[in-house]
Amino acid sequence: MRIALFITCVNDTLFPDTGRSVVRLLERLGHEVVFPTEQTCCGQMHYNTGYRRPAARLAVRFARTFDGADAVVVPSASCAAMIREHYPKLGRSGSRLSRRMADLGPRVYDLTEFLVDVLGVTDVGAYYPHKVVYHPTCHGLRSLGLGDRPYRLLRAVRGLELLELPGATECCGFGGTFSVKNGDVSAAMGFDKARHAMETGAEVLCAVDNSCLMHIGGTLSRQRSGLRIAHIAEILASTEKEYATT
Amino acid sequence: MGGSRERVLARVRAALADVPADEPVERPSEHPYADAHSEGDTLEVLADRLLDYKALVERVTEADLPGRIAAALDRRGAGRVAVPPGLPQAWLAESSVERVGDTAEAPLSAADLDATDGVVTACAVAIAETGTLVLDARPDQGRRALTLVPDYHLCVVRAGQVVDGVPQAVRRLDPGRPLTWISGPSATSDIELNRVEGVHGPRTLEVLLVEPDT
Amino acid sequence: MSSATFLGMPPFPEAAEHAVRDARTRHNLHKATHTIRGKRDAVVGELGDDWARLRAEGEAVKTHTLRHLDHYLERLEESVQRAGGTVHWAADAAEANAIVTRLVRRTGETEVVKVKSMATQEIELNNALEAAGITAYETDLAELIVQLGEDLPSHILVPAIHLGRSQIREIFLDKMAEWGVPAPADLTDDPRALAEAARVHLRELFLRSKVAVSGANFAVADSGTLVVLESEGNGRMCLTLPETLISVVGIEKIVPTWSDLEVFLQLLPRSSTGERMNPYTSTWTGVTPGDGPQDFHLVLLDNGRTDVLADTVGRQALRCIRCSACLNICPVYERTGGHAYGSVYPGPIGAILTPQLHGMSSEVDRALPYASSLCGACYDVCPVAIDIPEVLVHLREQVASAPGHMGEKAMMAGAEAVFGSSTALDAAQRAAGLVGGAIPKHLPGTAGKWTDTRDLPEIPRGSFRQWWNEREEDR
Repeated sequence: MRIALFITCVNDTLFPDTGRSVVRLLERLGHEVVFPTEQTCCGQMHYNTGYRRPAARLAVRFARTFDGADAVVVPSASCAAMIREHYPKLGRSGSRLSRRMADLGPRVYDLTEFLVDVLGVTDVGAYYPHKVVYHPTCHGLRSLGLGDRPYRLLRAVRGLELLELPGATECCGFGGTFSVKNGDVSAAMGFDKARHAMETGAEVLCAVDNSCLMHIGGTLSRQRSGLRIAHIAEILASTEKEYATT
Repeated sequence: MGGSRERVLARVRAALADVPADEPVERPSEHPYADAHSEGDTLEVLADRLLDYKALVERVTEADLPGRIAAALDRRGAGRVAVPPGLPQAWLAESSVERVGDTAEAPLSAADLDATDGVVTACAVAIAETGTLVLDARPDQGRRALTLVPDYHLCVVRAGQVVDGVPQAVRRLDPGRPLTWISGPSATSDIELNRVEGVHGPRTLEVLLVEPDT
Repeated sequence: MSSATFLGMPPFPEAAEHAVRDARTRHNLHKATHTIRGKRDAVVGELGDDWARLRAEGEAVKTHTLRHLDHYLERLEESVQRAGGTVHWAADAAEANAIVTRLVRRTGETEVVKVKSMATQEIELNNALEAAGITAYETDLAELIVQLGEDLPSHILVPAIHLGRSQIREIFLDKMAEWGVPAPADLTDDPRALAEAARVHLRELFLRSKVAVSGANFAVADSGTLVVLESEGNGRMCLTLPETLISVVGIEKIVPTWSDLEVFLQLLPRSSTGERMNPYTSTWTGVTPGDGPQDFHLVLLDNGRTDVLADTVGRQALRCIRCSACLNICPVYERTGGHAYGSVYPGPIGAILTPQLHGMSSEVDRALPYASSLCGACYDVCPVAIDIPEVLVHLREQVASAPGHMGEKAMMAGAEAVFGSSTALDAAQRAAGLVGGAIPKHLPGTAGKWTDTRDLPEIPRGSFRQWWNEREEDR
């Protein structure tokens, strides 16, 4: 299958390893990955902060870039949710823009959704000998309804011990510009999330959104915690072979 | 304030400019939800839910009822109880308690009611699933104050009055009558959101569930 | 004995900065919100799939009613009058307060007992009555605590949620004597003892009061029935024993028919107190000869609601049945408490309702739409499916399109310029990669709100697209 990758601006700029992992994983599963280089950003930050028009322009750009794709995979639940949930509302109801966006939505998938629902795999042949907790990010949990998909994928990873994260469904406090506009509340939420994760004794905290991980990871690192963060793609891409070589 | 009435209504109409003029103002009365959710014997569910609220519950037969009412009032140590005008006479036949009658001609004052040890009433409808008794102020229940001021309420519920779920109860009730829905003794969750029974309303609710004699 | 007011509170971020450092309040709120979440989940879970159907029906009934509100208001007025009640209309708080004051004065009484009511909190009725020489006694336990403590409500359902049992005990010991029957000297902080103290404190007042003021949870248009849900019996006392009853009800509280209560009497108790049913629900229709108040007045309150109604996105906030489930689940509310929202309507629903009712007239109002991480938990638990995140974003658009916010606007424009072309993005990434190592650990200005508590991620030397392009070239 030919899969178009929407990397997202955050991953592209700050977390290229996540993108490399997605490519490695999908290619390992026998699929062709294409990266339309005209892509930039889904416009979520603009939209959520109240800048609707710039968000709409970025949405049009996204649609133009990915118009012909059968499947667009996004290693970020919040960006996938932006495209699926909010793009159709950017145009006036019934307008051409709104119809075009509504048409696009069903072809856009979060990575874990794509693996489980479209490719029909839960065991992706990964190896990751660590204690891991999974933080279900808000957009993955409540907007996309990822449910147990990430857990099923993680449970099938050899060597991985999946621990339960207390208060898992509670927001980490990132919230885009919320993290600075209401920095004190955001930090308090992040601190609690980090504490819950640390108390499990896990080595790695993973999620489907690097922006949330950046916030929790920044909190963990400030507290000099040994707990590392990793995007779920990096775990799923990892194999015995790479462990032997690194 | 006739001016305000027109002003508010005009503002409402202006605010709804987007609503098509021909949009029907009546809703189809479908009920896309269940009439009830609990499984199992209706009376058992009612008793279970009432106990959950820390009400006292007994299941009795029609023939036993007067004796069980007398026993309940004895246990309570009630000397004087308020009695609604239409309470079946037989219910108190075996009790020696002093009856304080409340009638339309000679209604008891709040202080009179406060000086009683309790009240005995029937009910209109009971809902098993939520453990709720609904009083509609008919003569066998009396006006609303009767079941409010006394600290002890003994309520007799007959099997035929019990429905499984809330929708069934709403359909049986007449909104024109003043209704009191009672689910356990008075309670509060205002302190740390923990429920504590017993505030202003009766602190003890006792329910006798009457089944027909077999 | 004056009531506190929200006037003059700082905007949310500033108020929240102090609130998150208040360890005792944080502890109280954590305990209370987690208790109620568990209870709600259990009783909502009992209804299985039917919960979603009830929720959809609740949403549909409210949406329909709002779309034909003029019709239903007139129908309600007619029904209440037919049943012997008197209907008054108040365009704003001042009118509503004047009507209530006039009605109380007409009775010759100088004190009224009150059932907990958000509408009368919103219009600050107690202050208006006090100015007219009338004492309003709050009788709901939590409202009583707030009134005695000269505090402000911090929660819709449990206005004293920010206080723990020992603080409540102190308030009772200190203040009850000023208002009436004092607390017993040996009062403990056992919730049972505190509830008992409230019972004794209010008992005589209930028995002697001639005038009561209430709100209503629902007003049924076709029958003219008003509905009040409560727990303690203070509501029944106020609705039953006095001679005069004045109910101040927001115009959005209407449901069309009696049978609509089939839905709301299931949605509301399970969402609010997490009970299958609240201990007491009273319904009354006008005046019943020989039973309850013989003089009944309904005051229909607009006070900004028609402005909310005019906004086709924002109007869904008027579906709210004041259950508080969104407050109880909200991670922001849990950490800041209700006072930080600067309004009688705190939490997620307050963040969308208050600015709309006030018309975003102040800095406090304009800050509220940002008081959320948009996590969506509020929408999930809302029994009438108010898409709170959607309205928050909608209100942010209104704030962002108004004058001001120059720094943010420049930043957003800059970001759009970078994201407007992949070449510009690539250039920006390369520049960031070069200076990445030189970014200080603590940043100035707004960005400092990040680096105060969190490290920045390391900026990688190359972006994903650089890697991809290089890989493509190698092929």
